[in-house]
Formats: sequence, structure tokens, C-alpha cells
Amino acid sequence: MRKSLTALALCLSVAGLAAPAHAQLTGTLQKIKDSGAITIGHRESSVPFSYLDANQKPIGYAMDLCAKAVDAIKAELKLPSLQVNYQAVTSQNRIPLMQNGTIDLECGSTTNSVARQQQVGFSVAYFVTSVRMAVRKDSGVKDIGDLNGKPVVTTTGTTSDQLIKMNEKGKTIDVRNIYGKDHADSFLMVESARAAAFVMDDILLAGLIASSKNPANFEIVGPSLRDEPYAVMMRKDDAPIKAIVDKTLTGLMKSGEAEKLYAKWFMNPIPPRNVNLNFPMSAAVKAAFQNPTDKGVE
Amino acid sequence: MNYHWDWMFFFQETDDGLKYYDWILSGLGWTTFVSLAALAVALILGSVLGVMRTTPNRGLVGLGDAYVDLFRNIPLIVQLFMWFFVVPELVPENIGIWMKQDLPYFVTAIVGLGLYTAARIAEQVKAGINSLSRGQRNAGLALGFTEWQTYRYVRLPMAYRIVLPALTSEAMNIFKNSAVTYAVGILELYFQYKQIIEKTSQVLEITIVVTLCYFTLAFVMNRILAFVEARTRVPGLIVGTKGSK
Repeated sequence: MRKSLTALALCLSVAGLAAPAHAQLTGTLQKIKDSGAITIGHRESSVPFSYLDANQKPIGYAMDLCAKAVDAIKAELKLPSLQVNYQAVTSQNRIPLMQNGTIDLECGSTTNSVARQQQVGFSVAYFVTSVRMAVRKDSGVKDIGDLNGKPVVTTTGTTSDQLIKMNEKGKTIDVRNIYGKDHADSFLMVESARAAAFVMDDILLAGLIASSKNPANFEIVGPSLRDEPYAVMMRKDDAPIKAIVDKTLTGLMKSGEAEKLYAKWFMNPIPPRNVNLNFPMSAAVKAAFQNPTDKGVE
Repeated sequence: MNYHWDWMFFFQETDDGLKYYDWILSGLGWTTFVSLAALAVALILGSVLGVMRTTPNRGLVGLGDAYVDLFRNIPLIVQLFMWFFVVPELVPENIGIWMKQDLPYFVTAIVGLGLYTAARIAEQVKAGINSLSRGQRNAGLALGFTEWQTYRYVRLPMAYRIVLPALTSEAMNIFKNSAVTYAVGILELYFQYKQIIEKTSQVLEITIVVTLCYFTLAFVMNRILAFVEARTRVPGLIVGTKGSK
């Protein structure tokens, strides 16, 4: 990959000598220009960020934002007929597929973390999720302290126990950790009284509750155990494409356009089942819109 | 591919104070424990069912056949979910609550994996017994053996030797199938694999290591049973000895 890019860059610079009117392109933008196509990685069930509608078409808040970024790339490259391909990714394969060039931008619910920055690059955050807990209203759990000695479920890949310990500053609290295969399984463990609480990103909890049989039986309680920024993922150290994506997102946030998109996906009924998440902007999201940042979470 | 290789991350500390290789070792431990326990369940139950299906008793044969049909035709992960999510809701409420709150998860996993594999082993044991000539049983009965004694002293010792290669495959499969138990809350090797990917994004290194772990487990099992096969061989008794014919 590196070698071929260097070779490409060399060819280009030679071509550039012959035709000095040509702007210098590198990295992903060069790849898009050469192939005449861009591939967007999307998720299949990250409601409402990036998921498949009834016709198996990827839609969502992140997809809308990415569409704007693609428009900006078209304008930048003067390629109005740029072909846009879509490729479904999972949390397991999204990073390798980004690195090997299968996808050019990933628009989903990917947390920008310092560990991941070793592998890939991130845009400014377009959402901030807070890790909290979903409980059954009749369980009597209102705060982290109520979890002592109880089983707490989280989905493979997060460590709720660590977050709880960090937030319990000094108090000893002992929870039994259990793990669901995916969010639906974890939620089922709370629903079937296997677990007292499900610790997860609040927006995902809101989605699970909204689409459960009896949404009124559940609530999201407790403080934020950690805030995590969601961002567009791209290849590492690829300044040109990052500049375009960041500029697009920042522009949407400054103009109020991003807020409109937020309302469309978080405060209104959304396909496929016309469920309304009723998820007003948190203080953290407002802050992220006011001062866009690409800082990763530790 | 501009992948950032880092083999040293296995020695980094995780947020629970252990190192990543500790997570892998702990996962290996659970995988081994669940697999071997399920294998014990499967061998005992599978042998009983296999014998039942070769007896002259119609009722026993029907029972064994029904079991095998049921447990062989449902995917393992669906069976595990049945035991884990559905069964506790079907039993009386206080038993259900006990199953959900107090019963260790590994029991559910071992039962699920064991009963699933038992159906496959039952099929092999039955095939082994049926491959013997009818005269074996008749000779035993003529000597004054009871029906059970013809199994115990004549038919089963030969049948097991015949089906040992097939049982070896099954014993190796159980290690591979045990990966599915992560779906019902067992913190085994595949679970730790997913956790470590999520935490570090060093996908290639961890995939290579976990692949080697599973290969090693299955291969060690294979060697142990090959050794058993060699030690229990009766010259001239069984066809299909290794390397000949």
C-alpha cells in the first residue's frame, strides 16, 4: 500500500511537472480521483446513526452527514458524477477494511479513541454518547450504589465494572459482571431479570428501550460513567481528506444545519418502524457542536 | 496495507490490572474446562443413547432415535439460547429465578454443548455396534451372558475401537464448538478475543494468536486420542488400523 502510494505520488509529481496546472493530490483523494468512485462503510443496525431501512438501503444521521462530505469531495475533485459505493461493516472488521482500502470513509457509531488513533484517523465528533445504565423501573436501582452485589450486564467489548469502579471514588462496590453477545442479548438479560442493569452508550439504550415491547417498563438512570465522541473514521495521517470532512462537519454545526439533522433523527419518528427516540441534545453534544474537536477518548 | 503491527501489546497492562496475555490464558482455561466437561457429558450420555438404539427393546430405540433427531437438527447456538433464555421462563417461577440468579453460567454452557455433542456421539456408537457381526451377540448369549454383559464384555470394547477415529473428530470439534458459548456469557477464548480487539484494535496479532491456541487445543486432543488408539489396538481384530489398507 505504502509503496504503491509512493509510486503513485512519484508518477504524479512527474505528471505534475508536465502539467503544472494539476493540483497535487495524495492518499484517499488521489485514490478516489483515479478510480472515479468512493466507498462509504456503513453499519447495519446502529440506529439512528447508520443502519438499513426496509429496502436494505443504508440511512441515518451519520449517513446524512457523510453525504454532505461526499458532496464537498465531489466539488473539490470536480467530479460531479463521482460514483458512491456502500459497504456494510461491523465493529470487528471496520478498521481492517479501512486499512486495506476497501472503504474510504466509515460513517457509523465509531468511538474516536486514543488506542484506535494508532490505526486510523478520525474527523471532528458529530455526537457524544454518555455511558449510563438501563434498568427495569421496578428493580429499585436508581444509582450506581444500588448495584452492589448485583449482576450487571454489558456487551462484549466494554468493561462496565471498570467504569463503575472509577466512578465510585473510594466507596467499595462489588458487581458481578455478565456479558451479552450483542446489545439485543444484553437488553434481554435486563428484561428477563438476569441482570439488574445494562451499562452502555445512552443513545443505544434509548433505541433498545424505544423498540422494546413495553418501553414504559424501563428507564436510563445514573450519572455518565464516561463520554465518548463518535466521529467519521478515515485512513490514518491522511490530511487532505480529513480537511474536507472536518470543514464540512464544522460548517454544518456552525450553520445550524447539523442541529436540524439531529432533530430529524433523534426527535422525530424514524424508519423502518416510525419509532421516536425522543433523545434531546445532551450538554456534551451541544458542547461538541459549539467547539468541534477530534480529540479521542483515553 | 498500512497496518500498525505491535506484538508487544500482549504485555501491556489492561484496565483491570492484568496484562492482555492474562486475558488469553484465562480464556484458554475456560475453553478447556467447558470443552472437557461437555465432552464427559457427551461421552456418557452418547454411549447410553447409542446402546439404547441397538437394543431389541422398541421403546428404548424410539427414545434414543427421538433424542438424536431433536438434538442433531437444531443449530448449537439456538440450543444454547433455549437453555439460557427460554427454559428459565418455562419452569415454575422460583426455579426460573434460581436458574437466572444463582446457577453458574458454565453449567448451562456445559449442558448445552454436552447434550448437542451427545447426539452425534450416540450416532457413532450405534454405528460401531451395528458394524459388528450378529454372531458376536449370539455367541455371548450362548455362553450364558446377559444382554447387558454382551455389551459390556464383547460388543462395546470392539465398537469403541472401531469408532475411535470418529470420536477423535468429535472431541476436536467440541473445542471448536465451545467458541459459541461466549454467546451465553462464558468468558472463554473467543470472548476474550473479541474483548481484546475492541480494546486494542490489534486485530491481526490477536487473530493469529487465538487461531494458534485453538489449533493447539484440537491438535493436542487429536494426539492424545491417537495415542489411546495405538495403545488399545488389538492386532488382527479391527480393520482401519492406521497406515495399513
